[in-house]
Amino acid sequence: MDKVMSDKRVIALYVLPALLMIIILVYVPIIMTGYYSLMKWDGIGERTFVALDNYKQLLKDSMFWKSVYHSFLLAVFSVLSLGGYLVVSLVLAGRIKGANILRKIYLIPMLLSSVAIAQLWLRIYHPSNGMLNQFLSFLGVDDPPNWLADPSIVLYSVFIPIIWQYAGFYILIYYAALKNIPSSIIEAAIIDGANPWQLAYKIKLPLIAGVIKVTIVLAVVGSLKYFDLIYVMTGGGPNGASEVIASYMYQKAFRSFNFGYGSAIAFSLLILCIVATWLIRKLTHTEEEVQY
Amino acid sequence: MLKKAHTILWLVVLMLVLAGCSEKTTEKDTEGKGEEKVTLTFMHLWPAGSSKQHNMIVNEIIQEFEAENPNVKIKQEILENEQYKNKLKVLGASNELPDIGMTWAAGFLEPYAKGGLFTPLDDLLDGGLRENFVSGTTEPYALDGKTYALPLELNITPIYYNKGIFEKYNLEVPKTYDEFKQVVQVLVDNGVAPIALGNKDRWTGSMWYMYLADRIGGADTLKNAINGSGTFEDPSLVQAAEEIQNLVKMKAFIKGFNGLSNDEAKAEFTNEKAAMYLMGTWDLPQFTTNEDIPKEFREKVGFFKFPEVEGGKGNIDSWVGGPGVGLFVSENSKHKEEAKQFVKFFVEKWGERSVTRAGVIPATKVNTANIDLPQMYIDVLNELANASNITLFADVQMNPEAAQTHLNLIQSLFGESVTPEKFAKQHQEALSNTR
Repeated sequence: MDKVMSDKRVIALYVLPALLMIIILVYVPIIMTGYYSLMKWDGIGERTFVALDNYKQLLKDSMFWKSVYHSFLLAVFSVLSLGGYLVVSLVLAGRIKGANILRKIYLIPMLLSSVAIAQLWLRIYHPSNGMLNQFLSFLGVDDPPNWLADPSIVLYSVFIPIIWQYAGFYILIYYAALKNIPSSIIEAAIIDGANPWQLAYKIKLPLIAGVIKVTIVLAVVGSLKYFDLIYVMTGGGPNGASEVIASYMYQKAFRSFNFGYGSAIAFSLLILCIVATWLIRKLTHTEEEVQY
Repeated sequence: MLKKAHTILWLVVLMLVLAGCSEKTTEKDTEGKGEEKVTLTFMHLWPAGSSKQHNMIVNEIIQEFEAENPNVKIKQEILENEQYKNKLKVLGASNELPDIGMTWAAGFLEPYAKGGLFTPLDDLLDGGLRENFVSGTTEPYALDGKTYALPLELNITPIYYNKGIFEKYNLEVPKTYDEFKQVVQVLVDNGVAPIALGNKDRWTGSMWYMYLADRIGGADTLKNAINGSGTFEDPSLVQAAEEIQNLVKMKAFIKGFNGLSNDEAKAEFTNEKAAMYLMGTWDLPQFTTNEDIPKEFREKVGFFKFPEVEGGKGNIDSWVGGPGVGLFVSENSKHKEEAKQFVKFFVEKWGERSVTRAGVIPATKVNTANIDLPQMYIDVLNELANASNITLFADVQMNPEAAQTHLNLIQSLFGESVTPEKFAKQHQEALSNTR
């Protein structure tokens, strides 16, 4: 096997199909999007070259900045929620009873499709017969809020299902990472008299720091380009109160038939994601990797 | 030995299969000789699941057409509404439209027509088909004097109401807007939600605004504001926006309407939790013939015309509405003639069957004298005959970009996050910027 793999041509042969696929399906569309973003185009008729006009317009577009703000807010909330998932995973990995079952329960939302989740939460949030408002009126609240119609709270109302949806995914990652820590290290610490807090904070967390960094990147990038649940639940409304970058892009490209502008938004989103990833890498960078 | 037997068996089976195949193909070949075989693709948005009746009629018409034209085969591709719109756009961009497909009027059709993707169908109209259509229904599909699609449906929007609830509180069908507001007040006082509205979809609220604009400013004010010969800052259009907010303040609409979809709102009406519902006549089957909805409820539903506003210029026989989907033929179709013939055939047959079988009011004239229909249909068809004006839905009249601004502003107006003056001003800006 080693002999075969030492031949450069064979390596090229094996890598080629995947490389071709990724170029055709990922990189070419990215370049095309960048190209379209320099055009004024309704998606059907003639394209006219307008250079950076779309981007100039974008910089002045208050709705775009509002959606960028909303996306960043979602990223902040997702990262904060990672802390919660970490705590849950620490507890689960601490050999409590029923950890296996609990882990599976947490994972279930991840297995549902986003549209199903959106439908489920639409029922919960329904202003008059929804579970949440029925419960509130049972408690004696006179005029329970219109969760998805009130511009001041709609954004948070859609964040909750999104965070709920991804809980299982991150818990699973953390759980696996924690289970990977050699038991000899933990046992040694216990013999040395470490209490559970010290065990978690001084031993376990530093050992899975690499995984935590990856999840932060995943959460931030995932939030920035988030689309489906918001699209189904509110469509970005009322009047843009829950609009995020991706839903705004969809609206511009497919509703307003402004493909050039939509492409400009998409390309900006890509740049934002790359910058965010780079920043997080930079900020969380440590010289020494912990080894065990 | 066994292995050998297996191999032989396999060979025999294979030979049989191959022989079968080849025989069939030769048969087909001889059959097809003589006339050229033509396959037309037809894309539409009536799946058997959600639009059973529509789908059945489509299949019947296709069968009949194929029987009359044995050399033509129609291949259907069926998608749900939203997917349909997206797919059509993608196909349009790559110049691969189906031979025949469905389109909406005005703003939706414009980019396709301008891009030369649809072929003009005026020769069909001039060939005698024009007589069949209700006057004015083909105009929204025309651009620069050419008609690019032929409509299948025509809809107007009455206010449906629950007779049971009205009786319970001794309410009369309102003739004037003041009476209408009294009805709303009585219902609110009794804890009944007056109007079901799902304004997450936005065009639903737009219809309320359009009616008020029509009744206050007359049929042309809004039209002119949209086509640029008038202005959106016309006092009557601002006043209509104020009236919307007055209704919101009265709690005329169901709770949380800005976050509810149209379907959710309709459920409130069909569950008898709300008394009134302004919606297109495309929902008539649900209130008359649809067996899935309880009979007791269907018998309670009536409709009335949007009341007149005192001192307003509008008249009660003016409707908000318009043609729904229409059929187009692709400019790039290899078999344009056959496709056009199919469109003509389809429009005629559809007109004969759609109203009795699927409850769709066709854009072609219907003779009510000798057909058996629920009373509400006959009433609507008669109203249609008396209509003084039909104003096309605002978001269809406007170009797509301005339409989005309009729809968002409607949501803000209903949510009281924009003043009537700003509402008008921002419309004016959006309309003049995108013209």
